[in-house]
Amino acid sequence: MDFKTFVFFFLAAILVFAALRVITARNPVHAVLNLILAFFTAAGVWLLLQAEFLAMVLVMVYIGAVMVLFLFVVMMLDIDIDRLRQGFWRYLPLGALVGFVMIVEMGMVLGGEFFRSPDASLPATPATASNTKELGVLLASEYTYPFELTAALLLVAIVAAVALTFRGAKKPRNSSPEAQIRVRAADRVRLVNMPTETAADEERTSAALPSDLAQ
Amino acid sequence: MLALSLTHFLFLAAILFAIGIAGIFLNRKNLIVLLMSIELMLLAVNTNFIAFSRYLQDPHGQLFVFFILAVAAAEAAVGLAILVALFRNLKSIHVDDLDQLKG
Repeated sequence: MDFKTFVFFFLAAILVFAALRVITARNPVHAVLNLILAFFTAAGVWLLLQAEFLAMVLVMVYIGAVMVLFLFVVMMLDIDIDRLRQGFWRYLPLGALVGFVMIVEMGMVLGGEFFRSPDASLPATPATASNTKELGVLLASEYTYPFELTAALLLVAIVAAVALTFRGAKKPRNSSPEAQIRVRAADRVRLVNMPTETAADEERTSAALPSDLAQ
Repeated sequence: MLALSLTHFLFLAAILFAIGIAGIFLNRKNLIVLLMSIELMLLAVNTNFIAFSRYLQDPHGQLFVFFILAVAAAEAAVGLAILVALFRNLKSIHVDDLDQLKG
């Protein structure tokens, strides 16, 4: 077993463990954190496959933007975990069975005689080869239209996300200076003339009140 | 088992995909974990693409992964926006509470 194989199995073990924790974690925040670990490890696997550019994109765009968005949303929502977990144990046998059957099927396909993995004659990549340049040249020549379509798609997604969560413009809270300047003292305070009250007046008023109130 | 081959990567991706499927079965009531399971499955598919791209010496597979990543990011953004709008209206993200359409 050479070093590359060792690295592969090391990363694969972490990846599978993190993925299992994603689907079994009780707390959704832990699930997101494990998903981040899974993506990071997958970036390592992609590096083993010499897809350096995509590995970096996975770390920066996926972990840096999408997963952080996930984390924000999960932390903002106040959810009842116990209610969301109901049915977990009931569906565990079925889910495990389906997953197991899929893995066995895939193992039978990959381990079969008819699947011949084209790996025997991989030429060594020269040290000066640039994965990013290779992809960039293709992107700017053969895939120009799909690239621009993707840009349009992202724009539509931005508009959709904003439109879905937008709740109308806030009322402005600023004051209008011209209305404040035009105010006169007479608009604010009204002076009223009335006779002076004496002790005799007060006596008369309390006597006129109903007896229960006077007490 | 000795030298690293395409089969190793394909098998790893298959395990990841199966875990994603199992996650959808297990967390049927939890919209957030459903979205995360879909992300796991997309990751498995992308790994397949890159493995084939490497072992067939064809960079077009990596470009496909590039586009899949862009679409998946858009999907996650819109999905989470829907989730937030849903939570504002219903105060819940439980799948059983989403029955206004009587479907």
